[in-house]
Amino acid sequence: MSVPDPPQLPTRRNGRWSAFTHLVMVRMKELKREPEVVFWVFGFPLLLALGLGIAFRNKPADVTFIAIVNDAGAQDAMVLIGRSPQKSSIRAEVLDKPAALKGFRLGKYDLVVESDGKGGFQYLYDPARPESVLSRAEVDDALQVSAGRKNPLPTSAVISNEPGSRYIDFLIPGLIGMNLMNSGMWSIGFALVDMRQRKLLKRFVATPMRRSDFLLALASGRLVLMVAEVGLLLGFGAVVFHIRVLGSLLSILLLSSIGAVGFAGLGLLTASRAQKIESVSGLINLIMMPMWIFSGVFFSYERFPAAIQPFIKALPLTALNDALRATILEGASLTKQAGRLLVLLLWGGVSFVLALRWFRWT
Amino acid sequence: MPAAIECRDLRKTYDGRVEAVRGLSLEIQSGECFGLLGPNGAGKTTTIEILEGLLDPTSGEVTILGHTWQKNSREVREWLGISLQETRLSEKLTVRETIELFASFYREPRSSDEVLDDLQLGEKADAMVGKLSGGQRQRLAVATALVGNPKILFLDEPTTGLDPQSRRQLWDIIRRFQLGGGTVLLTTHYMDEAERLCDRLVIVDHGQVIAGGTPSDLIDRLGGHHVVEFEASGTSRGGNAHDAWRALPGVESVRHDNGLVSLTVREPHLTIPALLDAVEDRGAQLLHLTTRQASLEDVFVNLTGRHLREE
Repeated sequence: MSVPDPPQLPTRRNGRWSAFTHLVMVRMKELKREPEVVFWVFGFPLLLALGLGIAFRNKPADVTFIAIVNDAGAQDAMVLIGRSPQKSSIRAEVLDKPAALKGFRLGKYDLVVESDGKGGFQYLYDPARPESVLSRAEVDDALQVSAGRKNPLPTSAVISNEPGSRYIDFLIPGLIGMNLMNSGMWSIGFALVDMRQRKLLKRFVATPMRRSDFLLALASGRLVLMVAEVGLLLGFGAVVFHIRVLGSLLSILLLSSIGAVGFAGLGLLTASRAQKIESVSGLINLIMMPMWIFSGVFFSYERFPAAIQPFIKALPLTALNDALRATILEGASLTKQAGRLLVLLLWGGVSFVLALRWFRWT
Repeated sequence: MPAAIECRDLRKTYDGRVEAVRGLSLEIQSGECFGLLGPNGAGKTTTIEILEGLLDPTSGEVTILGHTWQKNSREVREWLGISLQETRLSEKLTVRETIELFASFYREPRSSDEVLDDLQLGEKADAMVGKLSGGQRQRLAVATALVGNPKILFLDEPTTGLDPQSRRQLWDIIRRFQLGGGTVLLTTHYMDEAERLCDRLVIVDHGQVIAGGTPSDLIDRLGGHHVVEFEASGTSRGGNAHDAWRALPGVESVRHDNGLVSLTVREPHLTIPALLDAVEDRGAQLLHLTTRQASLEDVFVNLTGRHLREE
């Protein structure tokens, strides 16, 4: 024996995946022990969904608030409205003219009705306020019908405010997409640069640990967390806002995995060289900023000029959000969304290959 | 039998300009504790990281137990235990979890309990790394190096910034590893550490070896084993004063340092009476006089004219 052995005999043999499983376990433990990470990953998106969902909730059945000026015709107007078929959707109050005008200006009333002195009424409305225009049409209808107008054409209407077309339905898939981007970029990008700065990466590659095991463990940790993040937001939407999930859970998970891994690749690329937390933080924000604005998280990107639409659609978050919305809200199958998946896979794949080429372990 | 660590004519140039290592060769035998000694910026860390396979040299060759990094890097990694200068391990893991993690990287690691006991970390096994003292952290860093059951231990300034008790604890650990047949390569800028631990050492300055041998060899080369330091009022300096001190019996060399004169001497009992007379003859007053054993610090200062801790 050419090399003298230390006296302690090895007491165990590690298998091929021992390093990988330990790295995943350690990653999970570290995350669990960082309360602020738990908040940003799980608490924050839920609070955002709750806040925005409440702020933009659909009003209960459209009710219009009107002021009737306290003059000779006020009593007639109240009686006519009270007899009309629209009485449940009109809330009328009788006030003095100055008070009525003030309330109208402040948006408390959508319409002011006053007697025209010739047995009729005159409406004071603002054509620039949609609710004012609607209110005029509705009140006019109510007064005319109550006064005896016969409609020459019989019509009827059916109410439709099914889940699926409300703002919260639009929002939840967008938040899931944004969250996948945020945690992908931060948990990979930040964690790696932090470990590089602490020379922990260097310490790891000084052992026989395979570098591929390390990266694989990072990606696996991301996927485990992804399931929790997506499940939580989706479950929250379903329970609190009665969102109807039409797509299969399997395709939602598959889509989210592609998104999570894609953004993990982008995070890896961002972190491939940076030596300091400060520089990688700036870089991550720089990359995410356009996507927060353009990728249709909080509002539809259709509002941007047509000229930049191709650019917007090429962003990974746009592709992910569009695909999530189609899958969750319309039940579209993934095979019909090959274009969006391709955009995601290209971003993830190209970033990953470049990251591996540039990555600095030391 | 191949040397544990061997390198020939190592050179490392950063950005084509800064030469951190300039033609350095070493041969370290199995079972030896070998020291790389030198001031900050001498190229010690660059050298040890090249030997550890973490940096590629600009030119030169490295073999570890006869194997090169290019051909056998995974195999070689199994044989090495490495403690880098200032690694900050994850603070949110316990001591045991950290050791288990590093153990999982090796094919045949030692048991974590044994390593915990060995490094006197048993009581802290379930404490978070973030709560450890400096000495405990450093022992944990060495534990992560030892858990892989290495044949060679690399330690880059293992005791920098530690209190005396923690330093002694680490020295014991290193000694025990060596007694078990292990080879140790350490860098340090503490002379006493090198004298106590190292069987052989080289002194590195400006990326080159400027002297090498056993600690006592190096001190022998100074000429004398004793140092007499004194300070005298008025006339202890100046050209002819230097010659006067050099001419005293048993004096091998003279150095002036901020008014302090230090003489390297073979036989203090001959030098000191003569020195007292000489001071009196010059009409000067002795302000201060001490004698001590010569140390590697003296060797270093003698070789470079600088103190080790000077930047």
